[in-house]
Amino acid sequence: MRYAMAVDTKKCVGCSDCVVACQTENNVPIGYCRDWIVEVTDGTYPQLEMEIRSERCNHCDNSPCVRCCPTGASHYSDGGIVLVTKDMCIGCGACIASCPYDARYPHPDGYVDKCTFCIHRVQKGQNPACVEVCPTKCLYFGDLDDPNSDVSKVLQKRKFKTLIPEAGTKPQLYFLI
Amino acid sequence: MKEELIVSGRMNYKVDPTLHIWGWEIPLYLFLGGLAAGVLFFAALYYLRGKDKEYQAAVKWVPMITPFLLVIGLIALFYDLNHKLYFWRLYTSINLQSPMSWGAWALLVITPLSVVWSATYVREAFPFWKWPFAWLDTLEDFFIKNRTVLAWIMIVYASILGIYTGILLSAFNSRPLWNTSILGPLFLVSGLSAGAALIMMLSNNPLERKRFSQIDLMLIGIEIFLIIHMFMGFRASTEVQIEAAALFLGGPYTLPFWIFAVFLGMVLPAFLEIWELRGNHIPAYIPAILILCGNIALRFIIVYAGQSSRYLY
Amino acid sequence: MGQSRREFLKIAGIGLGGIAVTAPLINWANGSISTDRLPAEDFISRTPTYCEICFWKCAGWVYKNEKNDIWKIIGNDDDQHCNGRLCPRGTGGVGMYYDEDRLKTPLIRRTIDGKQQFVEASWDEALTLVAENLAKIKEQHGPECVALFTHGSGGKFFGDLLNAYGSNSITAPSFAQCRGPREVAFMSTFGEVIASPERTDIRDTKCLVLIGSHIGENMHNGQVQEMSDAIDKGATIITVDPRFSTAASKSKYWLPIKPATDLALLLAWTHEIIYNEWYDKKYVEKYCYGFDELKEHVKTFTPEWAYGITTIKPHIIRETAKEMANASPAVIVHPGRHVTWYGDDTQRLRAVAILNALLGSWGRRGGFYNPDRASIPSFPHPEFPEPKKTWRDAHPGLYNLASEVVANDICDSTIPSPDRACNFKGWIVNGTNLIFTLPDQRKTLAAIQSLEFMVVIDTMPMEITGYADVVLPECTYLERYDYCRTDQNRQASIALRMPATTPKYDSKPSWWMVKELSKKMGLEQYFQWNNIEELLDWQLKQIGSSLEEMQRIGVKNFPRTDDYLYFGDGEDIEFNTNTGKIELFATDLQNEGFDPMPVYTPHPEPQTGFYRLNYGRNPAHTFSRTANNPNLTDLLDENTLWVNPIVAKEWGLKPGQQIWLENQDGILSTFAIKVRITERIRHDSVYMVHGFGHTEKQLTRSYGKGISDTEMITNVMTDPIMGGTGMRGNFVTFKLENPHLTKKEVAS
Ligand SMILES: Nc1nc2c(c(=O)[nH]1)N[C@H]1C(S)=C(S)[C@@H](COP(=O)(O)OP(=O)(O)OC[C@H]3O[C@@H](n4cnc5c(=O)[nH]c(N)nc54)[C@H](O)[C@@H]3O)O[C@H]1N2
Ligand SMILES: Nc1nc2c(c(=O)[nH]1)N[C@H]1C(S)=C(S)[C@@H](COP(=O)(O)OP(=O)(O)OC[C@H]3O[C@@H](n4cnc5c(=O)[nH]c(N)nc54)[C@H](O)[C@@H]3O)O[C@H]1N2
Ligand code: SF4
Ligand code: SF4
Ligand code: SF4
Ligand code: SF4
Ligand code: SF4
Ligand SMILES: [Mo]
Repeated sequence: MRYAMAVDTKKCVGCSDCVVACQTENNVPIGYCRDWIVEVTDGTYPQLEMEIRSERCNHCDNSPCVRCCPTGASHYSDGGIVLVTKDMCIGCGACIASCPYDARYPHPDGYVDKCTFCIHRVQKGQNPACVEVCPTKCLYFGDLDDPNSDVSKVLQKRKFKTLIPEAGTKPQLYFLI
Repeated sequence: MKEELIVSGRMNYKVDPTLHIWGWEIPLYLFLGGLAAGVLFFAALYYLRGKDKEYQAAVKWVPMITPFLLVIGLIALFYDLNHKLYFWRLYTSINLQSPMSWGAWALLVITPLSVVWSATYVREAFPFWKWPFAWLDTLEDFFIKNRTVLAWIMIVYASILGIYTGILLSAFNSRPLWNTSILGPLFLVSGLSAGAALIMMLSNNPLERKRFSQIDLMLIGIEIFLIIHMFMGFRASTEVQIEAAALFLGGPYTLPFWIFAVFLGMVLPAFLEIWELRGNHIPAYIPAILILCGNIALRFIIVYAGQSSRYLY
Repeated sequence: MGQSRREFLKIAGIGLGGIAVTAPLINWANGSISTDRLPAEDFISRTPTYCEICFWKCAGWVYKNEKNDIWKIIGNDDDQHCNGRLCPRGTGGVGMYYDEDRLKTPLIRRTIDGKQQFVEASWDEALTLVAENLAKIKEQHGPECVALFTHGSGGKFFGDLLNAYGSNSITAPSFAQCRGPREVAFMSTFGEVIASPERTDIRDTKCLVLIGSHIGENMHNGQVQEMSDAIDKGATIITVDPRFSTAASKSKYWLPIKPATDLALLLAWTHEIIYNEWYDKKYVEKYCYGFDELKEHVKTFTPEWAYGITTIKPHIIRETAKEMANASPAVIVHPGRHVTWYGDDTQRLRAVAILNALLGSWGRRGGFYNPDRASIPSFPHPEFPEPKKTWRDAHPGLYNLASEVVANDICDSTIPSPDRACNFKGWIVNGTNLIFTLPDQRKTLAAIQSLEFMVVIDTMPMEITGYADVVLPECTYLERYDYCRTDQNRQASIALRMPATTPKYDSKPSWWMVKELSKKMGLEQYFQWNNIEELLDWQLKQIGSSLEEMQRIGVKNFPRTDDYLYFGDGEDIEFNTNTGKIELFATDLQNEGFDPMPVYTPHPEPQTGFYRLNYGRNPAHTFSRTANNPNLTDLLDENTLWVNPIVAKEWGLKPGQQIWLENQDGILSTFAIKVRITERIRHDSVYMVHGFGHTEKQLTRSYGKGISDTEMITNVMTDPIMGGTGMRGNFVTFKLENPHLTKKEVAS
């Protein structure tokens, strides 16, 4: 089992619905977020191109954040989902410094928090909150080992990229281009 | 024009560590750790080489400070934790891949070790010292007999601690500036030179002072070599590492790094020591303090600059 | 999963810790469910609602958590408006409920030792005061002199009250500041309006042409969802926009048109389609009136002619015209929604309607479908009294083609002037922040100053409340019942809104206020229901449902009795126009003395040093109503001024620099705005999101954040046909220093 997510940059309009939905679903405190939107515009008027990406933890196959965690709070869970166990986290920030994607933040309660791929929903056979809400249906989630999962199917027929592959983290968030 | 914009979220230093997750605590912790490692290393080294009579400061007196250095360091680390109540979790697991983890363990071993080591010399320092309980006397005798064993353990753990202070950072390959194998040796060496400097400063034996200023001279030489080597490495490396290096070559950290860390912290004291070795008199504490300050500067600058260096995508 | 994951040794038996460490690992190892503590996912209750954050009115479910607090709002899967997915504003709707800056109690304007101030009042006091003042106006000037401005669900109850009271001057900014020109233009062309949600069949279109419409930033849910579906199906998108909008970035063709010249482009397209015989001949012959006149009319409007005006290259105009023709009839030249731009908007939208007619897209799959909507009978009540005067009597002969009441005209005729049969003396304002909504604030304020009485019903201490004599705090849509939603769609449907929780503070729903007012105003016979449940249940039973059922399902769709989503092939159709045909040549416009076919007229251009003020939507906000919403300000808490890099260079502007604006009439912005230097905007315009720059201090999150475009819009280009307020003819220049500081302050 290997959970992954694909983001269709050709459809994403950067509305941030995924950000709010995550915030309400997971009770992320106001002022923090587990996912965020990046908009890149290139060229000069009127020869312009724009890419919009909804970003979050990449649930890397080879995660520096898990490696550097001194307590084992950061760990791999079902299907390679990278999680933080609140009451094992000492809040040393090592994982935050180690993440090339800046996907983690120190929760005001002290522990470090990040995207969980909504494991609590996934375990019930539901999609993550952000995937479920996206008005353009540009987020695809599922098990890469299952060729019929939404994410497998879309990755089979579309060109895609990952972010900072050179960091060697084996990210599991794919951007359709 | 290329415009990269974070439309929502993450515009928040709590979320984006490029706006510093680590403040003063970690660099201080690294400095004290390195310093203590240096001192204990030399103490063990010269004891094993049977020089405890010549180099009394190195072997006997200065190590007595290290327990305090280490404890202050630990306090700084503790202070940095956001989830303090769970501090003990550090000791419920060993993660070999996490420098934080074995750094914590190394400290757990070496801190008591430094206490024991110092304790075995307490009577020499204060002849009339009395242990409150008799069993402590027997314990003392036991350790004094086995000083050699202690020394061996200590030299190993001192090295671990020393290297650790550098590895801690270089383990984070997400920060291009830290992503270099040289940081480990560099911090080890600078830790040693700090230790040597402290000994040199506190020793009242000219011979010992001379010895350690020679050692320091050598260590500083190595440091400068490593630094040059490090930058050459960056320049020859990827886009991002070239950018990372730029932080020190024209970038915001150029002045602090070259002036405080390199010139005042290495080059100038080196000159002063050469000067002194040539027979002219310079109060030992001047180069020593310069080296110690340079050491602190180096760690602060590397920790801060490292955090602001990142992959761009 | 790679071995690397196992390189993580634990020491067993060091107290609890050891166990805690091992747990997740062991679980992971044998692949079972991990023990990680997860957020509250089990909810106590789920109640239906439809969203009030904008007028798409998506139906959804309000979930509560184990603490019985409102937790999240999720779209209703059965709802055609949202298909189970709310937009960011709807998802962030929880913030409307939690916002601690909300209006908390009724407020009454009192003069205490010479100083006017609001004092908190009981509901009884406040409502009595309202009743008394309305009674006074009724006997002194007649009930027709009271108008209702409403842009919210609760307004319907106040509408009933006003009708019972004797006035029918009920107006919404969604006409003359918004859809009006399009509705009038389509009415005179096809004999039907577009209405909301738009009847555009984007889902199945092969070619979508957007004139401005910035879908994706304009977050009207169904439109965004269907545009995404269209992208998936490989539809061609053509976006005409001087700004590189999000939609433009998704388009095959982006036509970076010179602002205010769209009509020329539309006429050139018409020319191409007619003279290349690309139009749908059968359709045009059978259904259209005035083709020959049109053909003659557009004869000279060649792409080359349009190029000189629009700066769009002739071959691009031809190519895009061909793209439309190829897709015909599955093509949509989108009528847009906020179309009150330059004062000749009805004519521009006429040109849009004509293009659609030529392409045969009206009533065809992938073009415009024939919507259906449920109608719910109103609770039995005696006939409403017939008003002796209407808003039209204020300006006899003006705006005869306006199909709804013109808000700005009510505003005009509130300012006393002898040559008017009717002056408005009292306003009821529900759910519309007129200060931010109507252009030319000076006029809005002048009108308010000449009122004898104004009551404002709102949820937030927005600017408009500051001018009220009485402020009535309504509870948010999450805390109340309203009339059921009956808006059109492919199928008729109804949606229920019911309270998820009891109202916070001392706020009340509109239906309750109206019921209580009706007692105090002696109009109770018009409101014979005892409470909202009774009213809704009676209505729902008339159409074969019930309150109980709707509370369970939230949305009920009614299968179409006619299968009339699209016209039948070659079917005979009587259109609701003078000629019974689709009027390419508009007889009703001719009868009113307007051009029966659109004519391009140039509009003023910015002088040197000035830039055209362009404005639009941000996907995370709705006008000014969400500017203080904690969840949504978290995404964006101020607007920025988009400036082209060339202009920034000229002025030496840095990204994020705070600057002030001054417009062509010397109006200074109250606050400063941060500069965003971006290629996405032309060098002759600047752009900002509407709805920011709040001046009301109680709005703690939004006070002084950014600039209000409304403040800068003092030149209103009124549409002579239907009274729409053209708002894009305003020009601003930059002030790098704070112009509000006196010289002394600057010096110090
Ligand atoms: N998130 C969000 N969505 C909303 C709303 C909201 O408040 N927030 N409001 C809803 C409502 S009520 C309405 S009416 C709609 C309004 O949304 P639209 O109907 O899309 O409004 P427009 O004014 O057409 O869109 C503004 C676009 O017009 C472009 N524009 C400016 N001048 C010109 C010009 O001269 N020619 C052309 N071709 N384009 C020009 C601007 O660059 C901008 O991209 O949005 C609806 N959707
Ligand atoms: N300058 C400029 N002016 C414009 C536009 C523009 O783009 N620029 N857009 C135009 C368009 S398209 C439109 S449709 C109009 C929209 O005009 P409005 O609908 O007036 O827009 P808002 O500014 O959101 O004002 C909404 C008011 O309703 C209140 N409110 C919110 N929820 C409730 C509720 O549940 N009950 C009650 N009683 N009140 C509530 C809010 O607090 C706020 O005071 O603006 C038009 N005016
Ligand atoms: S909700 Fe969907 S469209 Fe909106 S920003 Fe997120 S991913 Fe993009
Ligand atoms: S994205 Fe960052 S936090 Fe997420 S798994 Fe990779 S390294 Fe860890
Ligand atoms: S902050 Fe918590 S999760 Fe991150 S490394 Fe430290 S202990 Fe592990
Ligand atoms: S998967 Fe869940 S936790 Fe991760 S970003 Fe989406 S909603 Fe948030
Ligand atoms: S489009 Fe968004 S704001 Fe408008 S009703 Fe639907 S969910 Fe609410
Ligand atoms: Mo509108």
